[in-house]
Amino acid sequence: MKSKLLSAPYIVWMILFTLIPLCIVFYYALTDSITGEFTFANLTSMGTYLPIFLRSIWLSLFASLICLVIGYPVAYFIAQCKPLTQRFLEMLIMLPMCMSFLLRTLAWVAMLENTGIINNFIRSIGLSPLPLIRSNGAVILGMVYNYLPYMILPLYTVIMKIDKRLVEAALDLGCTPKQVFTKVILPLSGPGILSGLTMVFVPAVSTFYISQKLGSTGTTLIGDVIESQFKTAYNPNLGAAMSLVLMILIFICVSIMNRFGETDEEEVMAKV
Amino acid sequence: MSEKLIRLSNLSMTFEDGETILDGINLYINNKEFLTLLGPSGCGKTTTLRIIGGFLTPTSGDVFFNGQRINDVPSYKRKINTVFQRYALFPHLDVYDNIAFGLRLAKLSEEEIDERVTEMLEIVSLKGFENRRVTSLSGGQQQRVAIARALVNRPQVLLLDEPLGALDLRLRKDMQNELKNIQQRMGITFIYVTHDQEEALTMSDTIVVMNKGKIQQIGTPQDIYNEPKNAFVADFIGESNILDGVMLDDYLVKFFGRKFQCVDKGFEKNEPVDVVIRPEDIDIVPPEEGHLCGTVTSVTFKGVHYDTIVDFKGFKWLIQTTDYCPVDSYIGIRLNPEDIHIMHKSEYSGLYGDYSSYSAEYDEIADAQEEAEDEE
Repeated sequence: MKSKLLSAPYIVWMILFTLIPLCIVFYYALTDSITGEFTFANLTSMGTYLPIFLRSIWLSLFASLICLVIGYPVAYFIAQCKPLTQRFLEMLIMLPMCMSFLLRTLAWVAMLENTGIINNFIRSIGLSPLPLIRSNGAVILGMVYNYLPYMILPLYTVIMKIDKRLVEAALDLGCTPKQVFTKVILPLSGPGILSGLTMVFVPAVSTFYISQKLGSTGTTLIGDVIESQFKTAYNPNLGAAMSLVLMILIFICVSIMNRFGETDEEEVMAKV
Repeated sequence: MSEKLIRLSNLSMTFEDGETILDGINLYINNKEFLTLLGPSGCGKTTTLRIIGGFLTPTSGDVFFNGQRINDVPSYKRKINTVFQRYALFPHLDVYDNIAFGLRLAKLSEEEIDERVTEMLEIVSLKGFENRRVTSLSGGQQQRVAIARALVNRPQVLLLDEPLGALDLRLRKDMQNELKNIQQRMGITFIYVTHDQEEALTMSDTIVVMNKGKIQQIGTPQDIYNEPKNAFVADFIGESNILDGVMLDDYLVKFFGRKFQCVDKGFEKNEPVDVVIRPEDIDIVPPEEGHLCGTVTSVTFKGVHYDTIVDFKGFKWLIQTTDYCPVDSYIGIRLNPEDIHIMHKSEYSGLYGDYSSYSAEYDEIADAQEEAEDEE
């Protein structure tokens, strides 16, 4: 009874600022922007935006995988360190998160621009500048840079929790150190991998700022389109429909990831 | 029985913080023997086991296996398997895959794996549990899986690190018998670590009593119990009254101002010694027939017997007897020569064997709980 009471503020918060707005999104998505009548037109017109949806998904999937490839060894390394070193490294990983997301992305603009730090350096040693910014690569880079901590931290937490005696047990039963990793550590870090992928994928797929600053018109993401519906195109109904579709797509992606990890006790969504 | 399988030669272990865990351990372990390393928390028994298993490298000294030095052989190349203290089962695998783990690494055919896993499941009576998750099993069942997972590889040596510590008393007794049966049936050398003296006495062929990184005594359970080498062993294994005495001559010892016949010899004349008298060996008689007389100060009912504390001239003895003597009664005791055991003086003399602060709880039980918490 008491615990119910304690959770009451959050439940009220949820209803006011999550459930009700969600209903409003539903309402807008299913009504016409001018007449206000019930219609599926907003949703059926989604086909035109299919390439953008797909681009958003593949860019953020790619970024999630890169985060995993970079993040796993880091998380594994931190987990092996002494507690004091661990805390220090953990802090280093979190440090970029303390800085404004906008600032971090703008910093990359300053780096990658045609007249940016990298290209100026290239020019100064007599080479021709590279087209770094306004590309898929730059957008992925922005995603990886911004969301990497969200990959490392859950991985690190899960790897930390793996019982060291399991490693000894594996060695005892004849595992070489390499097999200890593939047969014990890796399978047991499954839940961490899944939650890391989700934590990176979900914000990346709906981002708009990164693609606006680092991308070009050719790399518009669905987040950009949604933003423009509300800010420049004044079609909130279409924007709401897109948000809805995006939400459903995210749910589908996450549940596919969960399917992979079904044998693991902890479900990804429960952790996010 | 006499073939020496493992030999530890002058083994020492000092940890980074300068703490000496093992100090000159010399020990050999025969093939097909059930050997127990017994001692209180922090005595170095688990460290010894981990060195044999290859999880620790000794600071100095050598480990020989079948005559070959194996200090530098990593654990995965040793023909030794371990049953870990808290089982260390793989939570991502079911019972079958846990047991098959070592066999798959050895690249056996699936038919042979299946045959051996099924056989093992039968031995540890877990048939029908193949596809259960190990996390859904009870402590006793997890224990059996851990034993099966190690034994299925048919190791020459099985190391067991307090494997029954987390089980309740009845299950523990059952498992003790079962383990002993398995060991005899499969003809495997068992090296068993425990702080439970009763467990050690029940199961072992040989007991190695350790304390403070040193071996105190090696012997059969009977040897260790009947002929303890020093006050530590006498006190750690069972209950003992330990008194100061003087060896007057072969077979003649003096304590409490009285000469007693005994069965020990080979001491120097007038050598000060520790005299051990087991509480269950003491016969209570009327005061006029007694060798010694004293007053009962406390009586505790223990089921089979009474723990009776008797004050003899200020030194309190524990007597375990089925005769009830009320508090404050004046009684006599008789000691037969074979009830008196003589030990040389040691660093432990005077530390143990006085029941002045007896509190109805056995020391060992308190130690055991402490230890279980320590080695979490």
